[in-house]
Amino acid sequence: MTPPLIEVKGLKSYFHTHGGVVPAVDGIDFTLAPEKTLGIVGESGCGKSVTAMTILRLIPSPPGRIEAGEILFRRGSDVVDLAKLNPRGREMRGIRGNEIAMIFQEPMTSLNPVYTIGNQIMESITLHQKIKKRAAKKKAVEMLKAVGIPLPEQRVDEYPHQLSGGMRQRAMIAMALSCNPSLLIADEPTTALDVTIQAQVLELMGDLRREFKTAILFITHDLGVIAGMADEVAVMYLGKIVEIGGVRSIFHDPRHPYTLGLMNSIPSLMSRTKERLVPIKGVVPDPRDAPRGCGFYSRCPEGKTFCEEHPPALTQVDPGHRVACWMDRKKSIAQ
Amino acid sequence: MKTDPVLLEVAQLRKFFPIRRGLLKKTVAHVKAVDGVNLFIREGETLGLVGESGCGKTTVGRTILRLIEPTSGQILFRSKKLVRKNETHRIVDIARASSGTLKALRREMQLIFQDPYSSLNPRMTVEALIGEPMLVYRTAAGREKQDRIRYLLEAVGLNPAYMRRYPHEFSGGQRQRIGIARALALEPQLVVADEPVSALDVSIQAQVMNLLDDLQDRFHLTYLFIAHDLSVVKHISTRVAVMYLGKIFELAKTEALFSNPKHPYTEALMSAVPIPDPDFSAKRITLKGDVPSPVNPPSGCTFHPRCNYAQDVCKNRIPEYREIDEDHFVTCHMAQALRLRPIWF
Repeated sequence: MTPPLIEVKGLKSYFHTHGGVVPAVDGIDFTLAPEKTLGIVGESGCGKSVTAMTILRLIPSPPGRIEAGEILFRRGSDVVDLAKLNPRGREMRGIRGNEIAMIFQEPMTSLNPVYTIGNQIMESITLHQKIKKRAAKKKAVEMLKAVGIPLPEQRVDEYPHQLSGGMRQRAMIAMALSCNPSLLIADEPTTALDVTIQAQVLELMGDLRREFKTAILFITHDLGVIAGMADEVAVMYLGKIVEIGGVRSIFHDPRHPYTLGLMNSIPSLMSRTKERLVPIKGVVPDPRDAPRGCGFYSRCPEGKTFCEEHPPALTQVDPGHRVACWMDRKKSIAQ
Repeated sequence: MKTDPVLLEVAQLRKFFPIRRGLLKKTVAHVKAVDGVNLFIREGETLGLVGESGCGKTTVGRTILRLIEPTSGQILFRSKKLVRKNETHRIVDIARASSGTLKALRREMQLIFQDPYSSLNPRMTVEALIGEPMLVYRTAAGREKQDRIRYLLEAVGLNPAYMRRYPHEFSGGQRQRIGIARALALEPQLVVADEPVSALDVSIQAQVMNLLDDLQDRFHLTYLFIAHDLSVVKHISTRVAVMYLGKIFELAKTEALFSNPKHPYTEALMSAVPIPDPDFSAKRITLKGDVPSPVNPPSGCTFHPRCNYAQDVCKNRIPEYREIDEDHFVTCHMAQALRLRPIWF
């Protein structure tokens, strides 16, 4: 078995605010093998973006703090714990943007409006590689071409506002891949795009993943997008991973009531008849005053008083498929 | 089967926004946001209006309510309030209505907004927010108004005890419910819902969609449901209109649109929706390029540069919006010749 590219162990990333401590990421574990895609799915506030930002050490401190856990990242034969690095130090800066790159949701706000697209791509190339400006520009044009931007020689000198939303996101991808990172973190990369443009960008990401042999941590709230992109899926709720497994077993055999609830909430394009949607009752509780036991208890259709008191741990239910739910464990024991 | 009467009929609706440049603010061009839209909505049904950003769907919704002045066209509304003696209803052209008529008409048509955060005044309590329309139209006051607010809050699934609270004390889904209660305060016939669930998380989105369904049955509402999410539109609509660059490309019953699409854009739009099934492997029809600018749209059929089936005629002649089957309208030269892939077989 290939050693994992990144291994997150017991990671806790909290925010210390005036209103109290927000356990945004509250003890998560996952691994990602090279060239594989792990999808993290969940609703707003579940901690999926904070996970990404914590890995890249982009959370300002204060208020953020890594309370516990390790982020073991493989660089060649070495393994570094990103959680222990100084976020502003030389080593972290050498990794960020170079070995781990990120694509953000909003291409308009994450590109600098006063620099040309080419300048911004060249910045990351010249920063991380010993390369002349002219060669960097050539590389930038190459990258724009690779992401399917027409007339790259011309586009390289244009400013972000001259590009459409889809083109901007392509430019972002070009920038992220320009240093050939081993891990790409994509945080809702297509959420701001229209469906036909989203389809183009997803297709592009699928192709590039193979071409550049990049592992992807793909964060989204859209189950449809994740089904088409990910090898493995982690479902997050209230700062915890409640279910993780291969994409097929998650979609065909969801075990956690929350995963099931999410799937029943989305209207299906494929069903001919109009079935009433089955929403998850209630709302996500305030993380500052998180429940003692299972975080999903207040909304769970199957919850028993036991769940209210005792937090369930992730437990294997099938090979490679783990679920954090007491009810499921009972079922498997009964069998 | 008895067909319900037509509540709203829009004919040749146009809205061009001028682009002004220079010192004298001379009009140099127009954004053709809505360019000749025809549609009708029957009482009690839901017409879904779907399209990508910039296609003009919001402008259509707002022009119908005359929150935006139309450039030309007719918006005929079957009013039950503006009647003379012995009349049960009267057809009024909203596009030409005087401000007095319009004020009276607004009781019968209301709007639900997309963003539940910016559409509620943060300095007003829920009671004041929902009560304001009743105050303006003097439909209820004092005790009666309070009772009505309580009734509306219960109808949208909120605890009436929350009446004295402010919007910031509620979650996004609950705020959207407040907005819906406010829209229903005057017992409207037509509700224009502009992306009412797109700002919400999926689990909350399902709650609000079920609520909209229930309210439609209970109060016999007619919806114009504007959204970009095809699955949501499919779920809620009786009929669906697909818009592109200010024009309706296809309008049909939901069943007909999904099992027998007639416009290449509809086909592409449907195939672009990500399906939550890892084994779903149908080949995507990917469109080339981006949506062109509505300032200077392509010649002929505005879709031709991106269309996989475009012929010479599409570059030169503007296709007409025509009925090719009963209740199935298409704007495409090739509509009859093409065999497009449906989402339902």
